[in-house]
Amino acid sequence: MARLDDRASESGAFTARDLDVLLATADVVYPSAVSVTEEFIETYSVGRVQDREVYRTGMKRAIADVNAYAGRYTGTPFPDLAPSARDQVLREMGVDRVQPEPEGTVPEQVRYYLVNELLYALYSTPTGGELVGLENPPGYAGGLESYQQAPEDRPADE
Amino acid sequence: MQAKTRRTTRAKSIDRAPSDRVDVCVIGSGPAGALIAYTLAERGHDVVVLDAGKRFDPANRERRMEMALRPGHDFVDVWEMGGRRDRYTVSGDRFYQLNRTRVKGIGGSTLHWVGMTPRLHEKDFEMRSRYGLAADWPIDYADLRPYYAAAERELGVAGAEDNPFAPPREEPYPLPAFPPSHSDSIFADACEEIGIQMHSAPQARNSEAYDGRSQCAGYGTCMPVCPAGAKYSADVHVRKAEAAGARVVDRAAVQRLRHDESGEYVESAVYVTPAGETHAQRADAFAVCCGGVETPRLLLLSESDAHPDGLANSSGAVGRYFMEHPSVSTTAELDQDTRQHHIGFPTSESHQFYDHEEPRPGSFTLEFQNTAGSDVHGYDGGGGMGGILAPLYGAEWGDDLLETMRDRYGNTVAVSATAEQLPDAESRVTLDRSTSDEFGNPVPNIEWRVGSHAVETLEHALSIHRNIVDRIDGTITGQTDPRTPGTVAHHLGTTRMGDDPDESVVNARLRTHDVRNLYLASGSVFVTGGAMPPTLTIAALSLKAADHIDSAL
Ligand SMILES: Cc1cc2nc3c(=O)[nH]c(=O)nc-3n(C[C@H](O)[C@H](O)[C@H](O)COP(=O)(O)OP(=O)(O)OC[C@H]3O[C@@H](n4cnc5c(N)ncnc54)[C@H](O)[C@@H]3O)c2cc1C
Ligand code: SF4
Repeated sequence: MARLDDRASESGAFTARDLDVLLATADVVYPSAVSVTEEFIETYSVGRVQDREVYRTGMKRAIADVNAYAGRYTGTPFPDLAPSARDQVLREMGVDRVQPEPEGTVPEQVRYYLVNELLYALYSTPTGGELVGLENPPGYAGGLESYQQAPEDRPADE
Repeated sequence: MQAKTRRTTRAKSIDRAPSDRVDVCVIGSGPAGALIAYTLAERGHDVVVLDAGKRFDPANRERRMEMALRPGHDFVDVWEMGGRRDRYTVSGDRFYQLNRTRVKGIGGSTLHWVGMTPRLHEKDFEMRSRYGLAADWPIDYADLRPYYAAAERELGVAGAEDNPFAPPREEPYPLPAFPPSHSDSIFADACEEIGIQMHSAPQARNSEAYDGRSQCAGYGTCMPVCPAGAKYSADVHVRKAEAAGARVVDRAAVQRLRHDESGEYVESAVYVTPAGETHAQRADAFAVCCGGVETPRLLLLSESDAHPDGLANSSGAVGRYFMEHPSVSTTAELDQDTRQHHIGFPTSESHQFYDHEEPRPGSFTLEFQNTAGSDVHGYDGGGGMGGILAPLYGAEWGDDLLETMRDRYGNTVAVSATAEQLPDAESRVTLDRSTSDEFGNPVPNIEWRVGSHAVETLEHALSIHRNIVDRIDGTITGQTDPRTPGTVAHHLGTTRMGDDPDESVVNARLRTHDVRNLYLASGSVFVTGGAMPPTLTIAALSLKAADHIDSAL
């Protein structure tokens, strides 16, 4: 059973290189309609987990695993690969064939701590929700107006 | 491993030794226990509350919400249910997912609940007199009416007086109702055409700031967790009880109640702490508020020479008449945007089919969902809960994933129905002596029987669903089977109330017939279940029990 880890700590912050991997992964797993910015990742991913030491450790481990795999099989660090090669690295690791699992195998953890981390950060905010037509997605405190609005009244359509 | 060490260290720093003999020992801190503890502490009594579950830090709610939304966590992990403490077995031909339908913790199952809070109707108290079915309660709606009003104030119920089918009330709801959703408006014309009246849905959720808690912020994850604290949960009254002087001990699982030589008074509640120590809390009066499964189980575990079939069980009714609220749902697709999943709660219902003339089909409610596109009760675990996040389970990412999400989200609606089931003595909670829990006690065994009354009622409800969907030009994509109905996490009937000690466990004052200082308050005292969510009634009965305990002390 995966329990919530409620240890708060500032240690184990992300390095600039970690951020590069996050951005490079986001570039692959986010739809092309989203232009991935450092600011978005800083706010919704890095910012969200800033006082979650165990979770951050999981993320850093997944980042290191992806980097190591890329280095071993392509000779190039993950962020420096072309987007299609990055996509291929994730698939060759098996990340597209497993279920996300915080305490699972390497690809299961990469799926959980890296790919789904980024997807959650996107689709639980209006940036991702709007792409699907849901400006106030579950997980986002978007207030009490949007649920009452008819599609034609959506601010996005104005 | 790390987590375990941490928990034990923390547990050690909390004093869980019993207090000197107190006025009242309350067991369980869900809404029933919390309201009794608060009311009695406010009136100056010495109160100790023991709960088997832990205190959850409200500051972590946003992360619990994330667990609920993301694949990789089981639904029960959000509130840490499961494991040896919560073992159970099931018999009969229906599996019952007990740990998905309750929470052990300070605040009880309301940590997880949706928060819908209508009152029962007059007829629910008079099923035998009106229809020749089941049994009457020893109290009627009028007896409970002032307590309903008080419970609505305590919980902070948002509602409107636009429901012509509701029982009489004396004052407006404490909070205005949530306005209907866009999705409701799709149903509105169709329902009017076929003569079905929709109305608002009373709920314990802040449509405005109330009682020091913020307005609903629209996270949309009410069940299983509201990060804003806008949904009422009983930890609110636990904190108030503590402020009024009550002592609350978490992770104190009561093993049995011990009585005096006469067998007529409970002397102490014996509990075990995480450090493995066994303590006995003594009190003048005891209120068992452990929900509809653990309340009868604790009585059965407290068997003795004087009470060989379980404490306060001379009637043999303890554990019997277990009722749920069987439910069905219909999902349909339209060729328009339906705007689901902005919020996590329904805003419109119809209680038109509640007060029936003939005995069958029985009462049911219609709920128009705002969370269509995943299981309407959210019971499909992480990811599926939020509907649009369900594809996070799949193999895709990038543009392919977005495509799948767009395909799945947008034009679904759902309407559900919840029905009354009649009490059946063979539908029951017993002790399974072949399996033991963390403490070595026999676990609860659940045998849930639905009965033909409910199945027939649900079939009728589904035909009305079809009629409605037809009128909105929808295409039905799924209807659940009334013979294997869903459950909505309401545990009722297992220590029923009554005037006759041969037929019932507690009297109209919520005191057990057999033991003079033992009170029970939870869904277990319901005689019949109605088709309404039970918690407002549980809260009202608890406030009533508190009055009786107060006057007995
Ligand atoms: C998913 C879900 C959705 C729901 N939605 C609704 C809704 O919309 N409307 C509605 O009316 N109801 C709803 N309910 C039901 C509602 O939560 C319950 O009716 C209500 O919480 C019951 O209150 P209670 O105080 O009797 O028991 P509970 O809230 O279950 O609390 C019982 C407490 O007793 C403690 N306990 C048990 N055994 C022991 C022991 N041996 N020693 C010490 N402590 C013990 C437990 O740890 C627990 O904290 C829902 C429930 C769930 C799970
Ligand atoms: S939608 Fe539900 S979870 Fe969100 S703030 Fe309102 S009550 Fe809480």
